[in-house]
Order: sequence, then structure tokens, then C-alpha cells
Amino acid sequence: MTPWKHKHLLGLQDLSAQDIELVLDTARSFKEVSSRDIKKVPALRGKTVVMLFFEPSTRTRISFELAAKRLSADTLNIAASVSSTTKGETLLDTARNIEAMNVDLMVVRHGTSGAPFILAEGLKCSVVNAGDGCREHPTQALLDLFTLKEKFGRIKGLRVGIVGDILHSRVARSNIWGLTKLGAKVTVCGPATLMPRGIEAMGVEVCYDIRKLIKNSDALITLRLQKERQQDKFLPSLREYGRLFGINREKLAEGSGELIVMHPGPTNRGVELSAEVADGKQSVILDQVTNGVAVRMAVLYLVLGTKPETEG
Amino acid sequence: MSSAQIMDQDAIRRAVLRLAHEILEKGGVKGLALIGIRTRGVVLAERLRKAIKDIEGKDVPSGILDITLYRDDLTLVGAKPVVRETLIDFDITDKRIVLVDDVFFTGRTIRAALDALVDFGRPALIQLAVLVDRGHRELPIRVDFVGKNIPTAKFQNVRVFLAESDGNSDHVDVEEGT
Repeated sequence: MTPWKHKHLLGLQDLSAQDIELVLDTARSFKEVSSRDIKKVPALRGKTVVMLFFEPSTRTRISFELAAKRLSADTLNIAASVSSTTKGETLLDTARNIEAMNVDLMVVRHGTSGAPFILAEGLKCSVVNAGDGCREHPTQALLDLFTLKEKFGRIKGLRVGIVGDILHSRVARSNIWGLTKLGAKVTVCGPATLMPRGIEAMGVEVCYDIRKLIKNSDALITLRLQKERQQDKFLPSLREYGRLFGINREKLAEGSGELIVMHPGPTNRGVELSAEVADGKQSVILDQVTNGVAVRMAVLYLVLGTKPETEG
Repeated sequence: MSSAQIMDQDAIRRAVLRLAHEILEKGGVKGLALIGIRTRGVVLAERLRKAIKDIEGKDVPSGILDITLYRDDLTLVGAKPVVRETLIDFDITDKRIVLVDDVFFTGRTIRAALDALVDFGRPALIQLAVLVDRGHRELPIRVDFVGKNIPTAKFQNVRVFLAESDGNSDHVDVEEGT
């Protein structure tokens, strides 16, 4: 297996198929750690991991924090709403000041696409992207890949549909990079107003008929309809979106019984997914959450393993 | 690099059989469980389990331990070593655990394994069985069951090849290192 060479994890766009496979294999070993009575290994003892979040998050932040703690790293949480950024300090200044207290890794979520790159260039510590604007959310895609691999035993050849607001979704972008690199056949589906022009260039097919997609898929990654990004009248109403693209029991019944339904959370029940689908047998939403911790442990372990000179 | 074979297939087979007898002699199968340390310790633990079954007619539980995350040089090595799964699907508390590894050298692997094991429970007794003891301990750790003692110089390498993990036939080589 080729060794890991990346000091940062900014997106799946920068990773090779081998890199992604290495994360998934490593995560499988870490999953076992979380099932023990004593859920802790000393691998990152003495390392400090800072969670720097400029956008709200519960799942991702807690998942990263648990991952770091189960590897014995020390963790620190900084929410932008209570930090000096509200006093006008720039992102890089805030980060440099935190780094000056000798931290080893920063997990960053920011509303601006590309913000983690500014940090990766300006800091000496490692940077892991926990979602930047509409660009990438690499650990979410990695845990989706992990869950798919766990359920199907492979990624290559799987038919995966991604449904929803593709335009604003960093989860969709990261998943498209990851899935296509590992040889899955990806179809994106959603309202035409929320479909980026030229998305086919990323190696995916476009479909506007959810029923057709369900019939031809092994797995569906449903996306959260980001209400906070819908001010510009992309949709006539949430109700219409739910009727056309929301997945309910009746639509799901047209597909294979083996089809699995995924969602990165938080779910708008009754919009993207009906309650009976979200809680149903074909839903793996909670498996995704469990796997998220293992995947993030693998990422922290690998990223903190590289020496400064092996930049990349 | 020059190398000399010091154990062949038959020697390894006899050593494993003797180890099985010695493990049984020192306490029988009651409460006994084997835990192999990845990678070749797992193969040896499996062979010991079979040998014990042939001798006593009883199956003893066996598990797999990956010590990577407990290594004391983890922050010193460059790229992180590959982590593989630990599989211990029985409760080790109050059991007599025999840790199994291929080569006993500095003792650091066993130190890591002991640290890992106590995270799984509190065994009544932990013992160590190895195929080869080559000396040069760096920690105050000793071995209970030894297949073969091989005096070596520190710069030499002892390499164990087992059919299940290495493909070719079983043998142990001493290589001249640098």
C-alpha cells in the first residue's frame, strides 16, 4: 500500500484512489476501537487538535471531537460567534494566534469556499477541512464511501444517485470526486434551478426524474435542502420540492429492496425524506453517523503522521 | 545481503507442537485463550490452537491484536504505519491469556501488547509464547514459552516466513543487516 503523504486534508479532489482506499481501510480498524468498553487508544497522545467552526455544526464537530479524544489527543472548541472574529480579526490572524499556542492540527469549517487553503498556506500545523462554502466536505464523503463499502463490499460499479440541491452542496461535490475516483457510476438529480451547469464535466449523469433514478440505483445520497441558502427563489416552495424530489415509501417501493438511503443530516423530515423512509429498514443514516467517528479517527491519525517536509 | 537458514519447516512444526504441550503442561485448557500479535503471531496462534485441539480435544478461544496504536515510537516514525483490525470477540477478564508472537527482540512490541490488552479487560494471568527469542531486550519483560533461542548480534535481522502469511514454505532466516 502506498503510504499517506498529505499534511492536510482539504478535499477529495486532491486525493488519489489509493489515498481514499487507505483512509477507508484504516477507518475499518478504528471502528473496532469505538466498540470497546474502553474507547481510547494512545496513538495521538500529546497532540492538540483545535476545532475552529465559523458555521453551525453539531454532528461534524462532535464527531471530530470524539475521534480526537478516542485517539488520546487534547481538543479545543472555538465557535466563531464567541471568538475574536466578531471583533474584526481576520481568519488567518485568528488561526495564527491559536497556532502560536502550539497546536498540531486545526479542523476548520467556514462559509467561504477555499478558506481552508488560506489556512493551509499560512500555518505550519495540519489543516482538515470540515466543510468550506459550497466546495468540499471531504470527511462526509469519506464516511459515505465507508458506509457504501461496508454495505456492498465494493464501490466500483455501484450506481449511486445524489438527490437535492446539487448547486450549493459541498457534500455532493466531495462525494462526486470520491465516488468517481473509486469507479462508481454517479447520477445527480434535483430541480433544474439547483443543478450547476456543466456538472457532467465531473463525470456524472444528470437526471430530473426521481422515480427513474430510484429504479436505477443501488444507493441514494439525499442532501439537506439548505433553507439558509434559498433566499434567491430557486424553488417555488418547499412543499413542491418535497412532492417532486422528496423520497417517501411509495416512491422508494419502485426501486430494488436492496436500495439504501443515505443522508448527511440534519434531515428536514417531510422535505427530502418522509419520516417512514428516514426511520425505515433501507435507511443507513445512523450507520453513517457511527462510521463518521471511525473515518475521522483515520483522517486525524494519517494527517498527523506526516512530517512537515512531506508537504502535499 | 547474506542470510542463513536456522529453522526449516520440520523444525518449526516440532517447535509449535512442543510449545502447545508446554502451554498445556503449565495449566491445562481451563480458562486458556490465545492472542496472536499481527501479523505472524496470528498465524502461530492459530497453529497452536489446532495443536491444542489435537492434543486435548478442546477448542480454546483465540484473538488477534494489532499493536500499532500502542507503539512507543508512533510520534517519531515518518508516515504512519498501516493500522489493522484487532479482533478479540471474547471477554479476556479472568482468563489465562497466552500472547503469541514470532520473534522476541527488544520487548517493545510486548509492552505495547500488554497496554492494549488491559484496555480489553483484566486477565487472571498473561503469558508469552514466541517462536524465536533472539535476545537484546530493552525492557524488563520475559518470555514463558520459547520455540528456539537464537543468539544474534543486534545489527542482524531475524526473519520468520510462514506459509499462511508469506506464501512460501516455513523457515526462519538470520540476515546480516547494516
